[in-house]
Amino acid sequence: MLILAARRFVSMALIMVVISFTLFAIFESDKLAVAGKVLGPYSNTEQRELWLEQNGYNEPFVERYFTWVFNAMRGDFGDSIQFKAPVADIMWPRLGNTAILAGLYMLFMIPLSLTLGVIAGMKEGSFQDRAVSVGSVLTTSVPEFASATFFTAVFVFALGWFPGTAAMTDGFSWAEIFLPVLVLVMYGFGYTARMTRASMAEVMTSHYIRTAVLKGIPYRRVIMKHALRNALIAPFTVIILQLNWLLSGVIVVEVFFAYKGFGKLLLDGALFGDIYVIEACTLVAVFVAVFSQFISDIGYTLLNPRIRFT
Amino acid sequence: MTAETQNNDTTPSALGKFFTSVGLLRESPIAIFGLSLILFWVILAILAPILPLYDPNAPLEPFKFPLDGSAKNDGLYWLGTDHKGRDILSRVIFGAQQVLVWATTATAVAYIVGMLMGVVAGYLGGWWDEVISFISNILLSFPVIVLYIIIITYLGATGFNIVLAVTFASAPGIMRIVRGLVLDLRTRDYIFAAQTRGESPLYIMIVELLPNARGPLIVDACLRLGYTTITIAMLGYLGLGLPPPDPDWGKMIAETQPLGSFAGHMAVVPAVAISSLVLGFNLLADGLREISMKD
Amino acid sequence: MEQTPILECRNLCISYDTRGGEIPAVIDFNMKVMPGKGVGIVGESGCGKSTVALAIMQYLGSNGYIKSGEIFFHGRDMRTMSEEELRSIRGSKIAMIYQEPMASLNPSMKIGEQLAEVPLYHEDVTKEEAMQRALELLEAVKLPDPPRILDSYPHQISGGQQQRVVIAMALLSKPDLLLLDEPTTALDVTVERGIVELVNEISAEFGTAMVYISHNLGLILETCDRVTVMYSGEAVEDGTVEEVFDDMKHPYTSGLFASIPLPGADKNERPLVPIPGQLPLPHQRPTGCYFGPRCAFFRDGQCNQEKLPMRTVEGNEGHHVRCVRFEEIDWSEGDHTSVAVKSVDSGKVVLSVRNMKKYYEIKSSSILAMIRGDNVKTVKANENINFDAREAETVAIVGESGCGKSTFAKVLMGLEDATDGEVILNGKDLGQIPVQKRSPQTVGHLQMVFQNPFDTLNPSHSVGSQIARVIRKFGVEKDPNKVREKVNDLLDLVKLPRDFAHRRPRQLSGGQKQRIGIARAFAGNPAVVVADEPVSALDVSVQAAVTGLLTEIQNDLRSTLLFISHDLSVVRYLSDRVVVMYLGHIVEQGTTDEVFSPPYHPYTEALLSAVPIADTSVEQKQIILEGDIPSAVNPPPGCPFQTRCPRKIGSICETDVPPVKDMGNGHMVTCHLDTDVFEAMEPVIVMQEGEAAE
Repeated sequence: MLILAARRFVSMALIMVVISFTLFAIFESDKLAVAGKVLGPYSNTEQRELWLEQNGYNEPFVERYFTWVFNAMRGDFGDSIQFKAPVADIMWPRLGNTAILAGLYMLFMIPLSLTLGVIAGMKEGSFQDRAVSVGSVLTTSVPEFASATFFTAVFVFALGWFPGTAAMTDGFSWAEIFLPVLVLVMYGFGYTARMTRASMAEVMTSHYIRTAVLKGIPYRRVIMKHALRNALIAPFTVIILQLNWLLSGVIVVEVFFAYKGFGKLLLDGALFGDIYVIEACTLVAVFVAVFSQFISDIGYTLLNPRIRFT
Repeated sequence: MTAETQNNDTTPSALGKFFTSVGLLRESPIAIFGLSLILFWVILAILAPILPLYDPNAPLEPFKFPLDGSAKNDGLYWLGTDHKGRDILSRVIFGAQQVLVWATTATAVAYIVGMLMGVVAGYLGGWWDEVISFISNILLSFPVIVLYIIIITYLGATGFNIVLAVTFASAPGIMRIVRGLVLDLRTRDYIFAAQTRGESPLYIMIVELLPNARGPLIVDACLRLGYTTITIAMLGYLGLGLPPPDPDWGKMIAETQPLGSFAGHMAVVPAVAISSLVLGFNLLADGLREISMKD
Repeated sequence: MEQTPILECRNLCISYDTRGGEIPAVIDFNMKVMPGKGVGIVGESGCGKSTVALAIMQYLGSNGYIKSGEIFFHGRDMRTMSEEELRSIRGSKIAMIYQEPMASLNPSMKIGEQLAEVPLYHEDVTKEEAMQRALELLEAVKLPDPPRILDSYPHQISGGQQQRVVIAMALLSKPDLLLLDEPTTALDVTVERGIVELVNEISAEFGTAMVYISHNLGLILETCDRVTVMYSGEAVEDGTVEEVFDDMKHPYTSGLFASIPLPGADKNERPLVPIPGQLPLPHQRPTGCYFGPRCAFFRDGQCNQEKLPMRTVEGNEGHHVRCVRFEEIDWSEGDHTSVAVKSVDSGKVVLSVRNMKKYYEIKSSSILAMIRGDNVKTVKANENINFDAREAETVAIVGESGCGKSTFAKVLMGLEDATDGEVILNGKDLGQIPVQKRSPQTVGHLQMVFQNPFDTLNPSHSVGSQIARVIRKFGVEKDPNKVREKVNDLLDLVKLPRDFAHRRPRQLSGGQKQRIGIARAFAGNPAVVVADEPVSALDVSVQAAVTGLLTEIQNDLRSTLLFISHDLSVVRYLSDRVVVMYLGHIVEQGTTDEVFSPPYHPYTEALLSAVPIADTSVEQKQIILEGDIPSAVNPPPGCPFQTRCPRKIGSICETDVPPVKDMGNGHMVTCHLDTDVFEAMEPVIVMQEGEAAE
């Protein structure tokens, strides 16, 4: 078990190294372009060369990479070109805001999708199964920017129940965060629900469920004790790996509702050409993704005795 | 249970086979509904140049509501016009053309690359597998949107680069599916038989393995088409999509969303359009899966 | 005094709802199970025997239902019971044992907990008491180290042990009735023997009544008092085991017995007689007798008129037959053509294997093993394989799972290199030449027939194109017209209609697919054909026909046949020489007569005693092997068989690899036993002469 964790950890570190190196190569191998981005389009070549000299850009590429990685690990990602301030100072609070959004999403999505999936998968082909399946296909077909449009039209403009933005200018507001979370949950729950349904349906037709029923134990226990444990292994990994896809939705929602989050920072950085912001945000996003995969692998092993003891 | 002989003595022609497989769809109303939604947009997109539509990029009369009459052209704006006075109906239909062409191209390219990687990794194994799987793992470690943002900001927003970005993001996933299918199929006796008569690995991969993996792959391709549609529209929405002025559903929403309080139709129409097309792909995938399960 | 039966099925009809409408799975089925007795249900796949068991349990899935008829349990109709009543009966009064032990146990629950559930929910006991009971039962089913197994997950124990756990689970609440659905089909013969013995002991000890479902007539003979033979959803004959086995009245029953190789069967004197045709699909059943189209005694106007009832055999109240003509049948009248297997003189040596070894290296990826430096483990899949095969000869390679026969086939076919030694085909060493470096002729000269008919043909291509590919690949013909002709010739050869060339594999039955597989193997006029369990996945009545076809073609073309099998009855019937393998070693080889009569290697002796034989006149010595076959990754030192050998003589077996002893005439036995022990061995299978003559 520990060995497995160690191996996963090593491969996670390896992936981080490869990715950070690629990133660095993409954005900083052309030194003059970097200087051009930082100093603006109207700077001349001498100014750029001078800037490169002052900021240690004339060191060998590999050495620069190591300095960059070392700084990044200390939390120093350089200064944002757009905001003229250290990237770290801007990024961490934004990441905190996004964590709130993502946390609320998980809080509602997980129980909703697991319950619906289990109910649907218990009796394949039944009414509840059809309803959940059709419902989840419908909601996963409506991308976030579309559902946000619909919800805004109804709840903001027609009914006036919620504000149309979530800029949180006066501090955190439940009313403002409601629509962003609703939009994310609408699009996101379907996938996990369908996954859970498929997994549950497969378990329910398995021979060991037949054994359990024909052993004469109550149906409730068959479901709770025999089916759920096996049926939830697959959805568990899906939920954690969803973090990878969640970021797309988060960016859209943050843009749509003007929520000051991590995703909007990354997008603004990208549109502006703010390379230090892009680098920092990408590193953090990839780290979260890789780390979640690590957790999912470990969790899968813990949940599945067939892999745990071999 | 033994599979018994069915007495289908006639040899079906290629055309006949096509009709049989379309006939199979009849077993799933869901699939038919999905296919109709897709065909609705496909036909509109194909007919776009010959339909009596306004120029999608021409500024006509701004802020017209659906079914408003046109003072200039003496006709109707079926779905109204946007803030720049462009006909929304025309923009939605030409937008369908854009999204369908690029989504199909991108998915097809991603599929070719992913399938190749998967079949090689799964069948040849060994170092091939190690290297391909490692590359895939790295690409899968990126949150997809980050991958899009990096590729598009680095290379610029063109149709080709979008295809490239979609390939980078989807091929690893396709590779995993194909690899899994191949790992299962390669243990079959008919593969063993092909090996024992000295067939080359290329022949085995292309003639013996891939045709048998098509069932699950068709379903997955349908789902992916839907997802790529969303992706392309999303990139448009985020300002990373195809360059203006040609209509793009995502960009249409982005541009008109702030005007929602008094001209909601401008954003709602493209939102409905994209949702219905994606729904079509998802329902078709669902129906196909159901049909393949029954057999 | 008339006892009430524990279970009685009366005119039971079971149907499934499918897209194509209602499909009757079981029709008009009657059965009585008396206390303490065993009733067998025997039949081929799709005959409805498992459906009967599930119907008794009232567990037919969402689309199955009992259409009419009654199932009485202790005199009460189970169809009228409430869900709660059913629950209290399931697992406590009626328990079931399944075909796939691994799939029947929950993979993520410990065995102890799964066992303890039974008493916990059926009796008023505490958790500790329930666990104690589970422990006792694990001891009763003779599992080693029960406390450890109690604390294990199902995947941590072997298949044989899993089946014992399932049996323990079924017995926990001392049921009145045990349903066994092919309980040993997934297990090796020597492991099967142990399970069958256990089931017999238990039924004797607890007085449990049993319904034993199997396709294997031999197993039924060993476990049951009465037997029902089913065909296409109907019972066609029932009676006591003696009545049905010795005095069968239904042509199907008689056909079944004629198509399985019994020890008395002989290639020349009493050849196998296959049943022609195949099982009808449920919706294509003929009117009248369902067996009619395949029956040699079929009479138009008599057999195909109306639904046939079960009729009692006169003078024998308990013996019923569903046949209108059984009194008038003259058994000599309409014999099907038997499988003619001519004895052919074997010619020169075609294939010669010398000291062949095949080792695999398995890299352990655990860090601990890497640090210790022992991360590479060697699996000795084949060790010192030596044998010859002559032209037109049939050599059988016999062994259970893990014996290395599949690896041997791979080396032979050139998919793996031999680690050491030579594989000489027609004077050319092929041991180190992979298949792609062999010439098309060489490849065509060494071909294979595969085990699984559902896997042997590529489902995406038509039958004809698959055969044509082989013809072109081996360079037999190039011209498209000639290729087509050759495809037709091959279809004729395997006795299939020529229009089959246009069919897809899914339109063929298992036996037909296997015939195509044979056609494909013989496309390049092979010198040697390796047949890997070619009939084990087929139904009994089809097996004989396919085996017959295979040997017939082989005889005509004078090819050498390497017949890989675990089924000693078939091997005895058709092979000239036998090679017995265990854990990668050849333990015995010789002519068929030599191997099947003493002196034996102790493993051969145990194998022979383990094969269930469906003949009441045969007496078999009981040799039950302890435990399971060791893993090839971690084989025992010394003699590979020492961990289970009933004749083990001492520490020499654990330390020294036994010598190859020549018993004369090339009969080789690899064993430490002394010559006088070998000489004192008695035959395992004894025919009682008087009865066998009939």
